[in-house]
Amino acid sequence: MPIVTIDDFQIEVPEGTTILNAARMIGGDLVPPAMCYYSSLKGSGGYCRTCLVKVEQGSAKDPRPMPKLVPSCRTTVMDGMVVRNETSPEVVEARAGVTEFLLVNHPLDCPVCDQAGECHLQDLGYEHGKLNTRSEFRRRTFEPIDIGDKVKLHMNRCILCYRCVKVCEQITDGRVHGVIGRGDHAEISTYIEQAIENDFSGNVIDVCPVGALTDRTFRFKSRVWYTKPVEAHRNCDKCCGKVRLWYKGEEILRVTARKDAYGEVAKLENGEAGWICNECRFEKKKTSDWVIEGPAHIDDHSVISAHHYESPEGERFGDEKLEQAALPHGEKVERGVGALNPNNV
Amino acid sequence: MSQKLLLKNDHIPGINTLEVYRKHGGYESLKKALGMAPDAIVEEVKKSGLRGRGGAGFPTGMKWSFLAKPEGVPRYLVCNADESEPGTFKDRYLMEHIPHLLVEGMIVSSFALGANTSYIYIRGEYFYVLRILEKAIEEAYAAGLLGKNILGSGYDLDLYVQIGAGAYICGEETALLESLEGKRGNPRLKPPFPAVKGLWDCPTVVNNVETIAAVVPIIEMGGDAYAGIGIGKSTGTKLISASGHINKPGVYEIELGVPVEEFIYSDEYCGGIRNGKDLKAVVAGGSSVPILPKHLILKTAAGEPRLMSYESLGDGGFATGTMLGSGGFIVMDEDTSIVRNLYTFSRFYHHESCGQCSPCREGTGWMERIIKKILDGKGTLADIDLLWDVQSKIEGKTICPLGEAAAWPVAAALRHFRHEFEEYVKNPQSIKDVRHYYRLNRLEMA
Ligand SMILES: Cc1cc2nc3c(=O)[nH]c(=O)nc-3n(C[C@H](O)[C@H](O)[C@H](O)COP(=O)(O)O)c2cc1C
Ligand code: SF4
Ligand code: SF4
Ligand code: FES
Repeated sequence: MPIVTIDDFQIEVPEGTTILNAARMIGGDLVPPAMCYYSSLKGSGGYCRTCLVKVEQGSAKDPRPMPKLVPSCRTTVMDGMVVRNETSPEVVEARAGVTEFLLVNHPLDCPVCDQAGECHLQDLGYEHGKLNTRSEFRRRTFEPIDIGDKVKLHMNRCILCYRCVKVCEQITDGRVHGVIGRGDHAEISTYIEQAIENDFSGNVIDVCPVGALTDRTFRFKSRVWYTKPVEAHRNCDKCCGKVRLWYKGEEILRVTARKDAYGEVAKLENGEAGWICNECRFEKKKTSDWVIEGPAHIDDHSVISAHHYESPEGERFGDEKLEQAALPHGEKVERGVGALNPNNV
Repeated sequence: MSQKLLLKNDHIPGINTLEVYRKHGGYESLKKALGMAPDAIVEEVKKSGLRGRGGAGFPTGMKWSFLAKPEGVPRYLVCNADESEPGTFKDRYLMEHIPHLLVEGMIVSSFALGANTSYIYIRGEYFYVLRILEKAIEEAYAAGLLGKNILGSGYDLDLYVQIGAGAYICGEETALLESLEGKRGNPRLKPPFPAVKGLWDCPTVVNNVETIAAVVPIIEMGGDAYAGIGIGKSTGTKLISASGHINKPGVYEIELGVPVEEFIYSDEYCGGIRNGKDLKAVVAGGSSVPILPKHLILKTAAGEPRLMSYESLGDGGFATGTMLGSGGFIVMDEDTSIVRNLYTFSRFYHHESCGQCSPCREGTGWMERIIKKILDGKGTLADIDLLWDVQSKIEGKTICPLGEAAAWPVAAALRHFRHEFEEYVKNPQSIKDVRHYYRLNRLEMA
């Protein structure tokens, strides 16, 4: 089995493992951020370029360095490969560049975005971006679209990671969802707003790394950091029935699939992803529908865990500060607050 | 007069028909090839030193020998006739005037590679050329040059022309294959390369129109004789699409190694700069290769005369050199605004980015807007530095080379003509050629 060195850590991995997955096996800071790769979706990855790493030595047999940075999610390790992630200034610089590109057309409407707090783009910007934007031009805009009565598409926030496209290709039957248009005007579409009517279509919400695809039944109900995640299950004849319930007080505000440390839908015991059906996700919002297992594990990645973020001056934001910083209107967000374009809301 | 191999008969009336083409020696290479072993043809192409004419200049014989040959799996030859690089129009000329040369090249090459089905993928805007090609193919079928048991050799080949929908990105070989399969033309991640997993996951060779056409004279004269033409590793002849401020724009077949100065000024080729003006700069190989100012395009940094060859144009790397690319030779006279020219190019790449990867999707539009701002006289010196930084963050970080194609022209314009950008910033009134400037703006408002 090949042995690979990533940021001076060595690990032996099965043949065919990608650099990204080898890094995930080691864990910690040397794991490159991945905005488009999704382990349970075939052919995902390669698009966003946030996971670019430097290959200092190709393999034991051919020790030459690779001429360009490579996407770690789509590059297989070779025996004797030496990889640099954050210990390479070139990688740090390129990643800051990619982060900046992802924000060039992003509306930065976090104050009114349901994804805020569990958005991978927020994390990416915080961890790998620069403080200021250098783009001063008008951003490209789209009108928000309802994809059926349960899912909302805010194309302005989309980073074209193609994850939702792969969900529709691979885990729902008829493919009615794809990308139309080109370049920075490309958009996710269900071919002229046809609703995706499929038992598993709601999973596009879980795979979306940003607030482009959100749950209409959860819309503006609460900021995620005010809700409490609880693991639960039920006997479902369509899906695994293993979910995460998001409570506020006694009320279940939303139901999602369970997520792993990298924000992906967690794998079941049989190794397959625990996708959930639309009935579990949208229809079962009473505690009596579920067998409660207990509070969900919250890792450091989540803003729900206190002390995730610190200010540029090194100040930590705990729960108290976060609460003060929250919107003055309490949990109910007014239309247009903080949005650059009122149409975004 | 230098030797012509591809366009030697283009002036003959009716050469687009099978009858006249055959009268002038057409399909003789095919007869010869069908009597050879396929591997022997590949060997001749290797010996010829032919390099891909689509832009990258990769040795064709080597590409052919990389083609995987697993048992029981079909192989395909695909001709790239998507020709959309600004400044490049040589393939169109060839297909329009001597369509049978391409058809013959396709049959010979398919036979050499063991392909029984081949495709010509042609750009959407060339629909009238599509008809010309289809007619030529029809004639070839009727004459037993295509279809079952070609000329009694026992070899079968079906040749199809597929028209694109007008996207530059579908000229990138893997995007082309996606499009040919009926999907959205997004480039694939490499590896795997088409030679292993190409069209419908089968081993595939993708070659440019001119590359495939050149196989015909190579078989006719032999690889060694072909290699005797040209200079060094730039063997044979090359079609150059010459455009811009010259007296005689058009498609020229040159022997590789002609001095750039001769190409621009001699009456055999471009015939000098229009209206007696002075030369300012040249984009030598299609819009994506670095622009060079007069002193660097006529002579290398070391003072040697610059030649029309892969090596000589590349001499000095990107610091002082450029690339032969696809042979789209764009000449600019002393009155040309480099900033405006760059804006035109950048607008193109922004428009043509497929949008798959973030640096190209977001960066091309950003660069276009910065250049527009400078062009409008609203730029700052910081914008010039920003432009440099943005292009450097695209180059080498994308899925396909369109990212580089968009970044290189920006880098080269800043490298050699930074003073002109600074002039636009410091002295906006100096924007010359007001007429064109306003026309551009009006077009945008309309
Ligand atoms: C954005 C882009 C556009 C391209 N367009 C063309 C084209 O129009 N025609 C072409 O022959 N090659 C084009 N290429 C190069 C092809 O990918 C490929 O290298 C070529 O067809 C190989 O043929 P050759 O070896 O005969 O040159 C393009 C490449 C890129 C990245
Ligand atoms: S909508 Fe979300 S999941 Fe789909 S491509 Fe955009 S960012 Fe990715
Ligand atoms: S570099 Fe540009 S054209 Fe090529 S795959 Fe990326 S976005 Fe598409
Ligand atoms: S995660 Fe590797 S390119 Fe997006």
